[in-house]
Amino acid sequence: MKSLESWGRYPQVEQRTQSLTWRSDALPRISGSVLPHGLGRSYGDSCLNGGGTLLLTSGLDKLIAFDAATGVVRCEAGVTLDTLLRLAAPRGWFLPVTPGTKYVTVGGAIANDVHGKNHHRGGTFGRYVRRFELVRSDGSRRLCAPDENPDWYGATIGGLGLTGLVTWAEVQLKPISNPYVLQETVPFGNLDEFLVVARESEADHEFTMAWVDCLARGKKVGRGLLYRGNFAPPQFDGLPLAKSHLSHGIGLAVPMDMPAFCLNRLSVSAFNWLYFHRQNGKPKQRLTHYDPFFYPLDAIYAWNRIYGSRGFLQFQCVVPYSTARDALKDILERSARGGLPSFLSVLKTFGDIPSPGWMSFPRQGVTLAMDFANRGEKTYRLVEELDRVTREAGGAVYPAKDARMSPESFAAYFPRRSEFAGYIDPAFSSSFWRRMNPVTMPFSLESERASGAPHPKSLLALR
Amino acid sequence: MKKVLVLGATSAIAQATVRLLAARGASLYLVGRNAENLDAVAKDAATRGAAKVESKAVDLNDFAVHEALVDGAFQALGGLDGVVLAHGVLGDQAEAQRSWTATEAVLRTNFLSAASLLTVLANRFEAQKAGTLVVISSVAGDRGRQSNYVYGTSKGALTVFLQGLRNRLAKSNVAVVTVKPGFVDTPMTAHLPKNKLFASPEKVARGLLSAADSRKNEVYVPGIWAIIMLIIKSIPESVFKKLKL
Repeated sequence: MKSLESWGRYPQVEQRTQSLTWRSDALPRISGSVLPHGLGRSYGDSCLNGGGTLLLTSGLDKLIAFDAATGVVRCEAGVTLDTLLRLAAPRGWFLPVTPGTKYVTVGGAIANDVHGKNHHRGGTFGRYVRRFELVRSDGSRRLCAPDENPDWYGATIGGLGLTGLVTWAEVQLKPISNPYVLQETVPFGNLDEFLVVARESEADHEFTMAWVDCLARGKKVGRGLLYRGNFAPPQFDGLPLAKSHLSHGIGLAVPMDMPAFCLNRLSVSAFNWLYFHRQNGKPKQRLTHYDPFFYPLDAIYAWNRIYGSRGFLQFQCVVPYSTARDALKDILERSARGGLPSFLSVLKTFGDIPSPGWMSFPRQGVTLAMDFANRGEKTYRLVEELDRVTREAGGAVYPAKDARMSPESFAAYFPRRSEFAGYIDPAFSSSFWRRMNPVTMPFSLESERASGAPHPKSLLALR
Repeated sequence: MKKVLVLGATSAIAQATVRLLAARGASLYLVGRNAENLDAVAKDAATRGAAKVESKAVDLNDFAVHEALVDGAFQALGGLDGVVLAHGVLGDQAEAQRSWTATEAVLRTNFLSAASLLTVLANRFEAQKAGTLVVISSVAGDRGRQSNYVYGTSKGALTVFLQGLRNRLAKSNVAVVTVKPGFVDTPMTAHLPKNKLFASPEKVARGLLSAADSRKNEVYVPGIWAIIMLIIKSIPESVFKKLKL
């Protein structure tokens, strides 16, 4: 069988696979550790389990119930957001929170507590998960909800698939009157302008996100385009704008791995320049279908192959407002200087709505996401530097997109990790978790462990 | 097919077919052995838009229940105009060679139980002079090979049975559609190494339904198997018996 990789195609690991089919089945008996794996859209190693087994959840793809009156959908964990949209959008319901691709599973959305363009209004995906079933390797099944097994609920949302297998979940959708989005594009000249425009936009727009030209230097550092929008009001109902309610990536595809020379500083620079100047500096409003608005990259099937077989590293951090300006400037300048082009870099503000997930990544501040073609050591060092800058700025790096953060950083980013570790299923593990919790702990963590509260069994579970 | 009885509804090909039928708004009567899994398929179909979904958990190897089962389906849906017969087992050839019990079990599930059900169904459809009987056979039934001739026999017998049934029911406006999938990536074949010839259950389901819609006689899905089997069937027996197939 073809070996599975993460979306960034780095790192590459050897692992076995086992397909799951029925939600009522017991977990398969397997020696070594297991990790649930949906569509593998996490970029780094959080969806990999080198030396162990991946439990493939794509067969857990059955819908269970949908109430078109209340917008509550119950489905198995391997159901994709694409499937939910096809079911719900024609009946006037939409995902309460959606990441930039619809090709993720509900289980993956829970495990990574994903966020989207409406974080400042809606928070994370986990907030809309009414309940789910968690199956553990000891054979136990728990119904988890805010008022039922709340600790398991909190540990599993954002829990990177480590607390057990989520077999099904119930999600509260949100009503829309039509599938269209009124979108406006506002250019900004640098980071300071971004912060002003972004805060302003939050008041009147449910969705905001900005593309940033990560190769601009000097006074132009952080220039880019901010996209903001709202679902169109009822007067746009019945507009014959789109032939079908969804596009499915027809037309464009990256059919094979592109050779590395296709992607150099020059081509990325040209791409970024075109992207910026396409706008002529004026805000523009237009009506668009939700599909290109939320999922522009889904139109290009397997876009990750543009980076070739060596893959790429994604980096996404969030930094608090107090340090945002300096830290982001530092990060953007370092990556521009590094001569390692980031194809598409995205800036967005996160609101202060808390997530029920203990290990949830989003927190109030500004988030920046970039991707770097994998050029070996040089790229690793850059991403490690960006991790350090983030830590010093009091921010956090997103595990779902990480391949290089240090255990010290992880400890700083996720203060509830020890409590969380007590909820990890002893049979579950991932390449990411082992990287964050090496058997020999770094000095700083060792001392913390010696002095700290009773340490959970967790660290025994690190396999 | 608007009112369809699906036998072996928890099989991967049947599940994919059920989804397509549900999306068309068909009424479904689903039959499978495992009640929990059958319930999962039934709820999935209902959520995806089936006009009506009823299900019945029975072991189709118990031939005594067949008549009542078909009665129940006719009653529950207010008549039937389609049947998808999809239940079957792959069996273990080596085990079957050692043990007649194992051989008989494969023949019983794949051929005898199908023949028993089709006997009841054919009479009903013949009387109403309408309907489509879609039955999943296999390319393995086209020629006996040492690697799986017990399974192949069960499917080959089924194919011949269906030929006769088709001949008999042609004048009664009843279509008998024999579907011969090649390798399909399902739990039945989970233990086998996969290659380019493996098709997804969804692809087979689309082929199955399009054959049913146009009331075809025998179809290979994917179509490439028509060519592969033509070649395999044309090899003289004197040569064939020396091959490792």
